[in-house]
Amino acid sequence: MSDRWSAGVIPYAEMGYWQPDYQPLPSDVLAAFRVSPQPGVPPEEAGAAVAGESSTATWTVVWTDRLTRYEDYQAKCYRVDKVPGTDDQYIAHIAYGIDLFEEGSIANLTSSIIGNVFGFKALRALRLEDMRIPPHYVKTFQGPAHGIVMEREYLNKFGRPLLGATVKPKLGLSARSYGRVVYEALRGGLDFTKDDENINSQPFMRWRDRFLHAMEGVNRAQAATGEIKGHYLNVTAATMEDMYERADFARELGSVVVMIDLTVGYTAIQSMAQWARRNGVILHLHRAGHSTYTRQKNHGVNFRVIAKWMRLAGVDHIHAGTVVGKLEGDPNSVAGYYETLRCDRAAADPVKGLYYDQEWMSMPAVMPVASGGIHAGQMHLLLHHLGDDVVLQFGGGTIGHPMGLAAGATANRVALEAMVKARNEGRELLAEGPGILRAAAKRSRELDVALSTWGDVTFTYESTDTPDVVETPTTS
Amino acid sequence: MRITQGTFSYLPDLTDDEITAQVAYALGNGWPCSVEFTDDPHPRNVYWEMWGLPMFDLVDPAGVLQEINDCRRAYPAHYIRLNAYDAGVHQTMALSFLVQRPAEEPGFRLDREEHGDRRIRYRLHPYVLDRPAGQRYT
Repeated sequence: MSDRWSAGVIPYAEMGYWQPDYQPLPSDVLAAFRVSPQPGVPPEEAGAAVAGESSTATWTVVWTDRLTRYEDYQAKCYRVDKVPGTDDQYIAHIAYGIDLFEEGSIANLTSSIIGNVFGFKALRALRLEDMRIPPHYVKTFQGPAHGIVMEREYLNKFGRPLLGATVKPKLGLSARSYGRVVYEALRGGLDFTKDDENINSQPFMRWRDRFLHAMEGVNRAQAATGEIKGHYLNVTAATMEDMYERADFARELGSVVVMIDLTVGYTAIQSMAQWARRNGVILHLHRAGHSTYTRQKNHGVNFRVIAKWMRLAGVDHIHAGTVVGKLEGDPNSVAGYYETLRCDRAAADPVKGLYYDQEWMSMPAVMPVASGGIHAGQMHLLLHHLGDDVVLQFGGGTIGHPMGLAAGATANRVALEAMVKARNEGRELLAEGPGILRAAAKRSRELDVALSTWGDVTFTYESTDTPDVVETPTTS
Repeated sequence: MRITQGTFSYLPDLTDDEITAQVAYALGNGWPCSVEFTDDPHPRNVYWEMWGLPMFDLVDPAGVLQEINDCRRAYPAHYIRLNAYDAGVHQTMALSFLVQRPAEEPGFRLDREEHGDRRIRYRLHPYVLDRPAGQRYT
């Protein structure tokens, strides 16, 4: 009998979880982990431990392994690279056989990949940087309920980013006051308004009253403009039954879109994605809570992985960063998130933090949403960095306009259309953007006032999370 | 009122030179252009009348502008829009903007049907639809 089966504790690497010669199969799920081993733990052993603990292993040898084709079920760490510029961090690449995962289940996928292993004592820290979901597994998921193309055709809006705003103050407004904000912002020129993540059904405004007043605002704005408008009605609630009740009501009122928070959990998100496809309602996802595990560079889950899971899970919208706004977002990393959400095929690109080629096999694309501290004066930067297929959400940048809400909305819409038109005419947005805005403002007092109010507001802090191949963090 | 459908409705109406620049951008991306017109401005009126087929093989923006002008002469008081279609990637419209609108736009009436549980059924009614097609903006 070989040592492999002697009772007791042997290193994971010697149990077959470290296989430097392994050639990943096209159907393998691949994962790139940033591993910070405890002092004295060799990086290959750390990588093997991650492979073991996220697949078949336990801390000691068990003879019952021998009742299985364990070589197939073991995850294999097949490569470990030192992270440039660090002395104790490594990227461990691990391959998982597709039989390890239930078809179409984010809960099952994540229970393996991030289930136990993040608390493993032999590692000081662990971060899941990226995954390659093989086509065989992609095809077992529903994917976005509608996707970007269907959303645009449904809304009859083409050739430009969509515009939105979150109703502020996010807490405390009565239903009647809340609907006023919806109406003014939409009639002024926005395509969407939005509930915030923590507006559900509180004592100051119950959900049913909010839905009724918001839809009055939506319908009035449609009549005032002749355009399709929407308000993301947040159906996040304590139970699935409550969420279905609220979503059904939103659909009966004719809302084109409902919203959920990431906090409801992966299974609830997949259930709501099925509901959204069945009922023809766009599904918006707010990534509430993600920064608790996405932001620190050495521990947690990179947002690009969350973006992949959410595309599989089936949301139509997801907040994915602004580059220029108030919230975390290195430009290269954000470009990687947007590619993950929008492209049918994303090539590995270390500059964007993409570790693997990813094929989506015609799965619909997710519309990224840029929200948080952005304003009309940044329109050239937003269009340059984020492109056309994005919802730009100006909350304070609409509602805080000195001439009022509708004027704030108009300022954003004028700035956007002027910038798209100029880009299409071949103008250089980064060089000429401020001049294009000033010229447009000569014919729009709303934009003129917006520029003098916020024109020089910037948020230039160094990003905490950047791809490692870039020597210094990039700034916008 | 001024209906704000289309990519550039918050800007002053585009001049022919500006329209030509947008058409050149579309053709440069490999997006064939088409011209459509209507006298029903309801936002759910998806199928405007086609002014001929999409111009799949036309590569000269001046030719597209000529079609726009022919359509304008035939329907001087209708809404006319220019579409650019992306068959290569998205298989949907990549750009769609108004190149003519009626001088007077009467707008929309919002009808409300009240239900017992405070629910309201809304119905958007363009005032011009009270007259037959072809006689709405004369």
